[in-house]
Amino acid sequence: MTRSPVRPASQRGEARLPAVLLLLLVLAVSWVLWSGLYKPLLLGLGAFSCLLSAYLAHRMGFFRHQALMALLPGLPAYWWWLLREIAVSSIEVAKLILKPSMPISPTMVELKAQSDSEVGQVILGNSITLSPGTVTVDVHEGKLLVHCLTRDSARSLQSGEVTRRAARLENN
Amino acid sequence: MYIVVSIAILVTMVLALVRALLGPTVYDRVLAVNVFGTKTVLLLSVIAFLYGRPDFLDLALAYALINVVGILAVLEFFQDRFRKQERVDSD
Amino acid sequence: MIELALDVVSWVLLAVGGACVLIGGIGGLRLPNFYTRIHAASLTDTMATLLIFVGMMLQSGLSLATLKLFAIMLFLLLTGPTATYALANAALLSGLKPEGDTGQSKHGENTQP
Repeated sequence: MTRSPVRPASQRGEARLPAVLLLLLVLAVSWVLWSGLYKPLLLGLGAFSCLLSAYLAHRMGFFRHQALMALLPGLPAYWWWLLREIAVSSIEVAKLILKPSMPISPTMVELKAQSDSEVGQVILGNSITLSPGTVTVDVHEGKLLVHCLTRDSARSLQSGEVTRRAARLENN
Repeated sequence: MYIVVSIAILVTMVLALVRALLGPTVYDRVLAVNVFGTKTVLLLSVIAFLYGRPDFLDLALAYALINVVGILAVLEFFQDRFRKQERVDSD
Repeated sequence: MIELALDVVSWVLLAVGGACVLIGGIGGLRLPNFYTRIHAASLTDTMATLLIFVGMMLQSGLSLATLKLFAIMLFLLLTGPTATYALANAALLSGLKPEGDTGQSKHGENTQP
């Protein structure tokens, strides 16, 4: 994710209204739940910090990624699938660690992400890192360098189910 | 049950500390510290239930926030040092 | 009856989570080099976090504590991979070589959809 630190102003602008409102709602709800005190002063401070956070997020270019809103509906199904994947692979890794001979065969694999957007690649990389036994080491121009603990996990990565699921998440 | 889990977490924290002391490279140490921080968050949450004090959950969240920022800051520091070294080497 | 079942399920989850934490700690000591140790760390980071937090959420039922637990879990699961990626990438850029990168020879295979 090497990016030039100074971004042109055109990329910073064009905040989507629904995304801003959603962020404000999430921030306000978490403030109210966490503070638990409903005095005017504290509520005012909460409103101020919500607005400040939203403004800072806007300045950081958070709303530039319009894809973020589009992939919210498909997220639960994807998480459910990822959960099962994590469970299976963590049992494998636990077995590997506990075996006295430790039959590991570290492998580096290069994967190609199917989505062009940064958000899609970040989701793919994070999913790969999240499941034990595979770690994304480098992301560069749509190519991911993945370190796998065994050759089998490398092979199952190369069958491409993760990339397909992550790409589908973004498209519908 | 909470006591068993918290003992398991404490043992792992000790193991992570051992790795941080042994670690041949800087990155091993940072990884061990990262594991230590994550386990601290887990331990705080378990303690909240062990003693029936939900306030500890807020502490756990605050610690999780600090941990991530701390790890990223440390990595930035080392990368900076590495880049400087490279520049000195090329001169 | 349902409460007993919930208790049993959450105890099992907590026990398995504690076991995962321990296995990850042992793996961090046993595995031979940095890149393999990341895998042990990710075992404790994701699986143990999931199991322990879900176990505690089942214990506390529908309450504010459950919501807070869920928020902490989500935060850990979203930021953990980012920190791991930053760490692994820094190690790679600094020239720490992983052993046995035989996967490079398979380069042509993985471009198929």
